[in-house]
Amino acid sequence: MVNRYENVLIETVTRLLIPAMQLFGLYVIAHGHGSPGGGFQGGCILAASFILMVISYDIKELKSRMSENLNTILCAIGVFIYGGTGLLCVILGGNFLDYSVLHKILPVDPIKARYMGMLMVEIGVGIAVMSVMISIFLNIASRGEHEGALN
Amino acid sequence: MIWQLDILILILVVICAIASITVKDLLSSALLLGAYSFLMCLLWTEMGAVDVAFTEAAVGAGISTAFFIGAIYYTTRRTKD
Repeated sequence: MVNRYENVLIETVTRLLIPAMQLFGLYVIAHGHGSPGGGFQGGCILAASFILMVISYDIKELKSRMSENLNTILCAIGVFIYGGTGLLCVILGGNFLDYSVLHKILPVDPIKARYMGMLMVEIGVGIAVMSVMISIFLNIASRGEHEGALN
Repeated sequence: MIWQLDILILILVVICAIASITVKDLLSSALLLGAYSFLMCLLWTEMGAVDVAFTEAAVGAGISTAFFIGAIYYTTRRTKD
């Protein structure tokens, strides 16, 4: 990584900042049902860390860590986790996203099952929002070509 | 709720909103819109709606400013009208 990019200040600050942002995004997603935050906000923070990577390095650096195929697959997986949790509740005899019926398949009581179901939905929404935000930014910033530096 | 702080932040919000639609430089306009979002986030935090404030800080001040700046790379820097 040394001497590949021009500005050592931007490179160093970005390298220190991106892991902290991603850790904070995961914290926001994981604690979304008990405190302010949730899947949407955590996903946005995760996407902002990748956007910071694109702005300070280039798109190729992002492609080496998260390719376009992986991004699309993650988007689909996030929506699948969200919708699958909701439909699992319907299959088990409750309403859509009625998490308390999940205690029939999880080894916990209904209140804890509600907690677990909410966490699953937050994780799905977080993954979907993160990959969609990265995809929107790449398509805006590179005119749909997905290559080149941003400056 | 402290009403003096409310009034102060509200005045700054109005100033940022008017400035972001009157300024001729598009990059300055995008950054002023980010400042507007951040001040709205402060206002919501001060009123007790912490979850809405969090969304505004993540989406309004963070992501959408980056989207606007990414779009401005491919237009002219100054507005024509």
